[in-house]
Amino acid sequence: MNFTLFVTALLTGISFVAVVTILAKLISPRSFNEQKEEAYECGVPTRGRSWMQFRVGYYLFAILFLMFDVETMFLFPWAVVMRSLGPNGLAAVLFFLFVLVLGLAYAWRKGALKWQ
Amino acid sequence: MFDFSEISKWLHGLLTGVMPEWAAILTESVLVALAIITLYAVFAIVLIYMERKVCAFFQCRLGPMRVGPWGTLQVFSDVFKMLTKEIINLRKTDMFLHNLAPFLVVMASMVTFACLPWNKGAQIIDFNIGVFFFLAVSGIGVVGILLAGWSSNNKYSLIGAMRSGAQIISYELSIGMTMLTMICLTGTMSFSEICEQQSVEGWNIFRGHIPAVLAFIIYLVAGNAECNRGPFDLPESESELTAGYHTEYSGMHFGYYYLAEYLNLFICAGMASTIFLGGWAPLHIAGLDGFNGVMDLIPGAVWFLVKTFFVVFLLMWLRWTFPRLRIDQILSLEWKYLVPITMLNLILMALVVVYGLHF
Repeated sequence: MNFTLFVTALLTGISFVAVVTILAKLISPRSFNEQKEEAYECGVPTRGRSWMQFRVGYYLFAILFLMFDVETMFLFPWAVVMRSLGPNGLAAVLFFLFVLVLGLAYAWRKGALKWQ
Repeated sequence: MFDFSEISKWLHGLLTGVMPEWAAILTESVLVALAIITLYAVFAIVLIYMERKVCAFFQCRLGPMRVGPWGTLQVFSDVFKMLTKEIINLRKTDMFLHNLAPFLVVMASMVTFACLPWNKGAQIIDFNIGVFFFLAVSGIGVVGILLAGWSSNNKYSLIGAMRSGAQIISYELSIGMTMLTMICLTGTMSFSEICEQQSVEGWNIFRGHIPAVLAFIIYLVAGNAECNRGPFDLPESESELTAGYHTEYSGMHFGYYYLAEYLNLFICAGMASTIFLGGWAPLHIAGLDGFNGVMDLIPGAVWFLVKTFFVVFLLMWLRWTFPRLRIDQILSLEWKYLVPITMLNLILMALVVVYGLHF
């Protein structure tokens, strides 16, 4: 039943956007103009391409995020059964967290968190 | 406490009485879809009106006053205006991705919206891994924002989308880890069980005392960033990037981003009220039986909405009080302060739970 409802919510989102877009296209006025189809960059004519190389800083954070996000994924099952695992499980996870903090410390030391 | 699942069971029995099983499930799905769309639209309108009024009062203005009494019809007229505006197809955009992006954004916010527990038994999607599912689906919204910025072929949009992507994925860590902290306390990931537990044992923010309060504060900060709001609204900072990633979207296409933004605010607040403040669980004080009895008379949905709007108000307060941060400040706030603090907080909560120091 849950998966049926999940698919229902998914399809609701898709069909909501589709139906409203079609409705808007039907009732909205239309006009054609050369300049209207230009990119809107505050009235200044666009220079060069917009699909270009971007600064690497953003990607560094994305890579760091990947590491930590996978870590949280591993920690979720532990959090659910933590009570029954007791202090032994806590010690094991502390070691796991320690290794991760080493990773963050390394990135910090190397200057990956600095925005140049 | 009133249990909404009795109504859904009664409806299911009624429908299976007159039609085969598959048709009954189909009818129920259609009803659920209608309910989602209605609630989605209603809360979007309420929140936009509330935001404009709250913002105005914070700045000693009155806000919208002309359309309807106290400007209550302003948002309706805005929605109709947006619906009748032309959707402009730009020449040099990546057409397919440009049209695909609003689908992803709205879809992600609708599925997460369906995860909210409104009342006992009144929850649409209720997986046993609910929190995990919520985090996974809310991540899809980022893809829509990045696609919107990339496909627009506009430098402002691209910068806005990149900032937004970096910011949302960074702050998603804090959201995930504060939720993890609270799951250590509850021992279950299903939203209905989390609320059930809180209605018996008290709200999580009281049960978990120091680590729970810390987690709640971090959640508020990260939640504001996750919704691209408040001091973290630089993906769409009007004064420098026109409108950020949705600069090139016009008419109703822009409307979807606007809708999703406000609904994400509501979902963020709803999650805060579910995980920290008890969801539909009424306020109970141990020992005061008369008081608890009176509190039990108030329906669960009212409790949920009151708590959610309280958190929404807190988030709006944050938004209209602090000046905008720079991108390097935002990222260093997350990576150098919030991530270490949430990790320490997680360990603290683990110690509290393992040694039974919570209430």
